[in-house]
Amino acid sequence: MTERRDHARPAQGRNGPATIDVAAIVADTIASRGPNLVTRPTGRAVRQIIEQRLARMSPAPIVLLVDFTRVRILDFSCADEVVAKLLLRYQGPDRPRNVFFLFRAVGDMHRHAVEEVLGRHGLAAVCDVGGGFQLLGPATAEERSAWDTLERRERIGARDLTGVLGDRGEPLVRGLARRRLAYRSGSGGAAALSALARTL
Amino acid sequence: MRVVEIPSSLDYRNVDAVFAEVAACGPGPILFDARRLRWIDPNGMLALLCAGQVASANGAVPRLSLPTTGDVVGYLDRMEFPRAAAGVFQPPHQRVRRTPARSSDVLLEITAITTNSDVHEVVDRVQSRAGAILSRTLHYPAPAVVQFSVILSEVCQNIVEHAEGPGWVAAQRYNWTRRLGRQVLVIAVSDVGRGFRASLAEEHAARFGDRWGDVTALEAAFLMGLTRFPDTGRGQGIQQIRKQVSRWQGLVSIRSGAARIADSPSWHPSPPVIDGLPGFPGAQINIVLPEKVDD
Repeated sequence: MTERRDHARPAQGRNGPATIDVAAIVADTIASRGPNLVTRPTGRAVRQIIEQRLARMSPAPIVLLVDFTRVRILDFSCADEVVAKLLLRYQGPDRPRNVFFLFRAVGDMHRHAVEEVLGRHGLAAVCDVGGGFQLLGPATAEERSAWDTLERRERIGARDLTGVLGDRGEPLVRGLARRRLAYRSGSGGAAALSALARTL
Repeated sequence: MRVVEIPSSLDYRNVDAVFAEVAACGPGPILFDARRLRWIDPNGMLALLCAGQVASANGAVPRLSLPTTGDVVGYLDRMEFPRAAAGVFQPPHQRVRRTPARSSDVLLEITAITTNSDVHEVVDRVQSRAGAILSRTLHYPAPAVVQFSVILSEVCQNIVEHAEGPGWVAAQRYNWTRRLGRQVLVIAVSDVGRGFRASLAEEHAARFGDRWGDVTALEAAFLMGLTRFPDTGRGQGIQQIRKQVSRWQGLVSIRSGAARIADSPSWHPSPPVIDGLPGFPGAQINIVLPEKVDD
């Protein structure tokens, strides 16, 4: 990783990545009859619960899957709080802990809201909207191509970066890691977040 | 007693006449005489409620006379207007039905919005009826109910987050046979809060200088997505409503202060901005979604 404290490899387990079921949080904490994630205070409350759960987890780096699968309505205010503001909180060097986020959403119903809020903040995120993980949000063609390649290959060793991604492979991977869209190991190799999630 | 004559037909096109009369009223009793009312849409009903609230705020004691016969009586009941009016007009209206008849035309009865819980309640409540009206009547694709719910959520949140005053929402399906030759869904949201100009003034008025007013405030919110919050994540609601309504070739307008701003479809040509209207302290949002027709 580019940051000193990120050198450790994400914690691994045998049962998949740590997962947050957003609909369960809504059902437990919000007075709503349906699995609908609407209004900014609701989104803020859900984000705060996610942050509280993260604070209780092992301090080792982790990949966290934020799962919207059972959420029916996701409005823009909630998408802004639960996706964009969550990413912003854990993106910079002052982040409270080293966590990489994956999102699982429901097709176009959620995709539109997620893409809009990401675009508004200039953020990108790795999101499964059905049919595999994709890079959502603004990214250059070069970044997108590098991310696609990494996602396809799952891991690229440090020595192979140039061969696989071209002359700009190393800075591209560094940039993706800085945006928290890929994992870059201390040795300089790269791993797709989805691949890490599958092996965790 | 001052008497405000309510026209026989009251909808989003002529509610300004009611506000003009209310603006001219001072303290003392005011009778909103709606006995000649024969037709009213959700915008008309919410305008009556807002006019009563404004009159109260001006120190008046608003009273309301509704028609006692005709189709409009049943319609007002189905939309639960008497219940909403009971909280505004004095004395509380007598004929409050406790179990209003359900109508397939009514998507959302008049519902007070004061907290975010009310927004949740509205979104939860409309799901089945919205699905039926959007798919069977307007012929929108199945996912439209989700997009519609998002629109509803965002417009209602506008009341809670920006108006800082009470508001209502209502929605109803109509067959605009003569006007458009199509079915439409009309969604009305009104509040008697502080309006767009006051809401945005502290954060944005300085940069507009002498140009700051109702029109510039509406343009700032409607066209530029500005809000009173210094947060780039804010202000998406109205922008997304405009995008989605445009995809459905619908009409969306916001009326606040002395101005109205609108995205008008080809079937409803109108100026994008109108200034110099009778003063209205809060905001009215009118959305009309037309039946989908094959190109």
